[in-house]
Amino acid sequence: MLKDEDRIFTNLYGIESWQLAAARKRGDWDQTKDFIAKGRDWIIDQVKESGLRGRGGAGFPTGLKWSFMPKEIGARPHYLVINADESEPGTCKDRDIMRHDPQKLIEGALIASFAMGAHAAYIYIRGEFYNEAMRLQAAIDEAYDAGLLGKNACGSGWDFDLYLHRGAGAYICGEETALIESLEGKKGMPRLKPPFPAAVGLYGCPSTVNNVESIAVVPTILRRGAPWFAGLGRPKNVGTKLFCISGHVNKPCNVEEEMGIPLRELLEKHAGGVRGGWDNLLAVIPGGSSVPVLPAEQCDDLYMDFDTLREKRSGLGTAAVIVMDKSTDIVKAIARLSYFYKHESCGQCTPCREGTGWMWRVMERMVRGEADIGEIDILEDVTRQVEGHTICALGDAAAWPIQGLIRHFRPEMERRIKTRRGSVTAKAAE
Amino acid sequence: MSGASVQKFEQPASFAFTPENKAKADKFIAKYPEGRQLSAVLPLLDLAQRQHDNWVPQAAMEHIAEILGVAPMRVMEVATFYTMFHLAPVGKHHLQLCTTTPCWLRGSDDVVSACRKKLGIDFGQVTADGQFSMVEVECLGACVNAPILQVNDDFYEDMDGDSTVTLLDQLARGEVPPAGSMIGRQTSAPDGGPTTLVKKAATKAGASDSDGAKV
Amino acid sequence: MPKVIVDGIEVDVPAGATVLQACEEAGKEIPRFCYHERLSIAGNCRMCLVEMEKAPKPIASCAFPAADGMVIKTDTPLVKKARNGVMEFLLANHPLDCPICDQGGECDLQDQAMAYGAGSSRFLENKRAVEDKYMGPLINTIMTRCIHCTRCIRFASEVAGVDDMGALYRGEHMEITTYLEGALASELSANVIDLCPVGALTSKPYAFEARPWELKKTQSVDVMDAVGSAIRVDSRGSEVMRVLPRLNEAVNEEWISDKTRYACDGLLRQRLDTPYVRKNGKLQPVDWPEALQTVAARLRSTKAEKIGAIVGDTVDVESMYALKSLLQGLGVTSLDCRQDGTKLTAGPRSGYVFNSTIAGIEEADFILLVGTNPRLEAPLVNARIRKRWLTGKLKVAAIGPVVDLTYPVTALGDSPALLADLIAGKSEISEALAKAERPMIILGQGALTRADGAAILAQARALTEKASLVRDGWNGFNVLHTAASRVGGLDIGFVPGAGGKDVAGILAAAEAGEIETVYLLAADEIDTDKLKNAFVIYQGHHGDQGAHVADVILPGAAYTEKEGIYVNTEGRVQLGRMAVFPPGDAREDWKILRALSEGLGKVLPFDTLAQLRQTLVAAYPVFAQVDHVEPAAWGAFGAEGSVDAAAFTYPISNFYMTDPISRASVTMAKCTEAFVLNSATEQTEKTGTHG
Repeated sequence: MLKDEDRIFTNLYGIESWQLAAARKRGDWDQTKDFIAKGRDWIIDQVKESGLRGRGGAGFPTGLKWSFMPKEIGARPHYLVINADESEPGTCKDRDIMRHDPQKLIEGALIASFAMGAHAAYIYIRGEFYNEAMRLQAAIDEAYDAGLLGKNACGSGWDFDLYLHRGAGAYICGEETALIESLEGKKGMPRLKPPFPAAVGLYGCPSTVNNVESIAVVPTILRRGAPWFAGLGRPKNVGTKLFCISGHVNKPCNVEEEMGIPLRELLEKHAGGVRGGWDNLLAVIPGGSSVPVLPAEQCDDLYMDFDTLREKRSGLGTAAVIVMDKSTDIVKAIARLSYFYKHESCGQCTPCREGTGWMWRVMERMVRGEADIGEIDILEDVTRQVEGHTICALGDAAAWPIQGLIRHFRPEMERRIKTRRGSVTAKAAE
Repeated sequence: MSGASVQKFEQPASFAFTPENKAKADKFIAKYPEGRQLSAVLPLLDLAQRQHDNWVPQAAMEHIAEILGVAPMRVMEVATFYTMFHLAPVGKHHLQLCTTTPCWLRGSDDVVSACRKKLGIDFGQVTADGQFSMVEVECLGACVNAPILQVNDDFYEDMDGDSTVTLLDQLARGEVPPAGSMIGRQTSAPDGGPTTLVKKAATKAGASDSDGAKV
Repeated sequence: MPKVIVDGIEVDVPAGATVLQACEEAGKEIPRFCYHERLSIAGNCRMCLVEMEKAPKPIASCAFPAADGMVIKTDTPLVKKARNGVMEFLLANHPLDCPICDQGGECDLQDQAMAYGAGSSRFLENKRAVEDKYMGPLINTIMTRCIHCTRCIRFASEVAGVDDMGALYRGEHMEITTYLEGALASELSANVIDLCPVGALTSKPYAFEARPWELKKTQSVDVMDAVGSAIRVDSRGSEVMRVLPRLNEAVNEEWISDKTRYACDGLLRQRLDTPYVRKNGKLQPVDWPEALQTVAARLRSTKAEKIGAIVGDTVDVESMYALKSLLQGLGVTSLDCRQDGTKLTAGPRSGYVFNSTIAGIEEADFILLVGTNPRLEAPLVNARIRKRWLTGKLKVAAIGPVVDLTYPVTALGDSPALLADLIAGKSEISEALAKAERPMIILGQGALTRADGAAILAQARALTEKASLVRDGWNGFNVLHTAASRVGGLDIGFVPGAGGKDVAGILAAAEAGEIETVYLLAADEIDTDKLKNAFVIYQGHHGDQGAHVADVILPGAAYTEKEGIYVNTEGRVQLGRMAVFPPGDAREDWKILRALSEGLGKVLPFDTLAQLRQTLVAAYPVFAQVDHVEPAAWGAFGAEGSVDAAAFTYPISNFYMTDPISRASVTMAKCTEAFVLNSATEQTEKTGTHG
């Protein structure tokens, strides 16, 4: 188990004050100016060396992403955009950072922006986080008052403005180019790539979109040194990670743990274990709703990291662990996610607009067993027709949970169809 | 996009920001670079909604379009795309019930049926007295505190059927109980106390988060 | 130039080209719905997916930039599967109403379903139903058929410059509509019907009229304005069923105005289909010999100086030439083709054409509009200006009343005196004009039909010379005409000869009894009250203003009923084609004149249209080159004189009714109500459909 002194988010639960003075006591804003004095390349190298991979779901190396920004600032300004549109079902970690440890994010925003040559950054926070937005804005105001933001931010010589922008209810805005569109005042419809945001992003300018957690861990990484962070976890899957444990555990919670912690240890140490005991586990969605479900038999000795979970044909995603015990109607649990993706599809491109609705409707029938056995294969085929054919990854995200269900719970789906057919036949015979 | 009313309703003939809200709108617009004022469309729609009994009339969209220098169609597209804009009147207490899988696994069905039973309305409806409206929403992003019932801006967490009834009673009486966990746990920490950061928890227990409400 | 390998074929494509363009270069057809060459790239239909080597998933070829060394495959099982999948999704919620859909037979979805569709559907759920939307008198909507390609939205925003279309809601609930279901207020609105790849937006006036395979298709040119848009006239039997745009990059690209498209129902109404002679004060139907004899007798008995002739706005060159030859043979000099009274003269051609050419607008960096509202006078010229403006490389200024042209304009004011300021270099735009590399001035009829038009023309010429608008490889002086016949008329010198009177002179003299016989060749846009004392011969196709005062009516052919040359505002010679025969006893106009010449004993020297054209070209070599604009040499034109202080006005107030055909059109009447009068009828129809 991660030692408390190796935890980055030391006020994760808001036990202490969120305010600047308390944050400083926790170590925030210490040496910030010195880091900036070491220059852009040093910061990016440190982040690369730390092995930090993006915490928003895709796990792309953060330092590498930063290095895609143009080296020189040309006629177009650079922007950092922080993705706080936390909407992936199961996920609620950024919320805690913003309401309980906001200075880590603000400090990280300054350092990351400097590293990318950005004088301005926008934090796009989901609209439903109204109180969190008020809190974060208050923290930003405090930072401005203390000279940590604005002209010559934190005495670094770098002018930096940080703006908070509230969304208004659209999961798709968590997709980076949809977020940019939304921030520009349009519908959150993902853009075609290329061009990528580092070339043509916010307002047509070079931009980088990072998750809240990715940015908020950076100051501590610099303070404690890249080797410290890289030394935690497992090869290529390093550092600490905020896990959100929801569903059928005795004590659902958020917790910061070492990357790669075994699932069972994670659940039992922090979440009071699976409801009814480990043997009562049916399945786990290990990384937020978009990743395929894993059945209990794959959950023993399961390392919670990017690469292990990918090998299991699932993913770490946002590290939002949705636990389901044996009382769960697993088909319904996944069908509800299908509804979610249908509801959140922006409607722009054909496979997602038409496919999410199709898949959800078939899934609803699967819940009741109102289908032919052969329709399971058709459903699987439809998911394949959506996957990889859309503008953004929402199509994939809608397809994967169903693929996972069919892969691991096909017998349950077939059982329902047969049971229903049996009861219908019986009724007809009466 | 969501409108909770099934009743007929009147669109006001005109809408304009109050002077205070106009000043706020100007502040929002100032966050974005010159010529990029369209960026402020979401904050302005939200502002209009807050000014206008928690729903956005057509006239407000046109007012905002004029302020931002775009065609009204562009504002209407945005207003209908995002779920948080109500294009029809909603109740004074607008209940937003998350039923996505993490909340569903923790019993959101009970919260839904408690609301239905208590208020006699269904999703998309407003009570006759205009006090309550309820809508189904997708994941609110507080899943470790599921199920969540959002009332206007506030998250009520760790709900069940009983606490829902209690909450609705309180709201009906005009009370606004503190938001957050309804079982009294420390935000997103495990019930019964954190398993990490234990030293802090021991020394600071009870002194938590006193300098900010609701989160 | 990036080299791309498509299915093993190496092609060079220009920098900035897309993979789709590279595939087309390699001769590979890529299916698409949302992609359109003239609209921004949406990439949303996903039909154009192709395989790119080293890419983990198929790419949307319409949006992907072609890069050097790319290896593209368009014919692999993966590509086929991807397209089949997209097609299945498109059809999932598409209704099975092809038998009653007007798009049937010319539907992209139908066509591509033949190539990529499955025989039966695996989609067992209920199909989505979407409420239809009101979009005005021209566009019929059946929104359940919509596949959300957004071409219509992009056309409205980008080409038409009317930001009133959009997609509301999201996901499978996304619906295309106009703002509050208003009529789409653009002169180009109906192009969205052509753009719609399915039957969601179809033609309201043409609803359930015909199937495309029943129609005879005739390639022709339009005469509703002086742009000369390329059109295809679709006819069945004797009836023109519809008019569609034809591609002409130099003129209309692939758009046409709503009037060009929809005035055609006016071809069936108020037609003159038999000759008439006024007897005892009443017009009586007669046969051709009697009508022609009556005309011949009258012309013979009137002294040449007491005869005048005016031609209208939609007349072909051959007819004008025949009339001119005939009347000149009689010694008549009071001839005029400028029924609007424009002070343009037959003088150097550069003085009365759109020298920069319409396509040349796309090189311009500064345009000064003088007395013209191109949006109403020539919507496609306006669309070209907007297209250029969208690139960010064009600034536009205007002298004239402020109107919405769909792009920002520096409004200098509406006083003609502003021209003097410009010549003196004292205008607020003088510097911009001087700095421009490809400056244009567009002089409209609002500036030229005034009494002081000749003086204004001279000032415009002075400004052109002062600001060096005519330079190497560029002539920035442009006249925007409103009439399809005008440039041709000026080309053949259908203007007063020595001692002859112009239109105003003819009308005044007729009123005063000094002119006794007036020959109107389809001329209706004049003050016919002044002709009451004269003997009026009206040769034309519609019972409009001119016919009402006529003493003899010779029924002629409308533009769809004859072969004819038209010269557009650029000076481009184009051929109109006969799609249907003239109705009843009506005849092609040159033939009427040829027959009349026999009765007068002054037989015109041609028996066939070919012979007529030979003599025409011999006299005016400009007509030898069809579909071509020969740069015209600069020269002197205009006349010194004082300029009146009165503000400029624009020649067209109701775009939808400008000539006898559009005035007879029911559809144009509906457009007038919806867009010009903004009458309540439109609202009634709206609620009527959606109550």
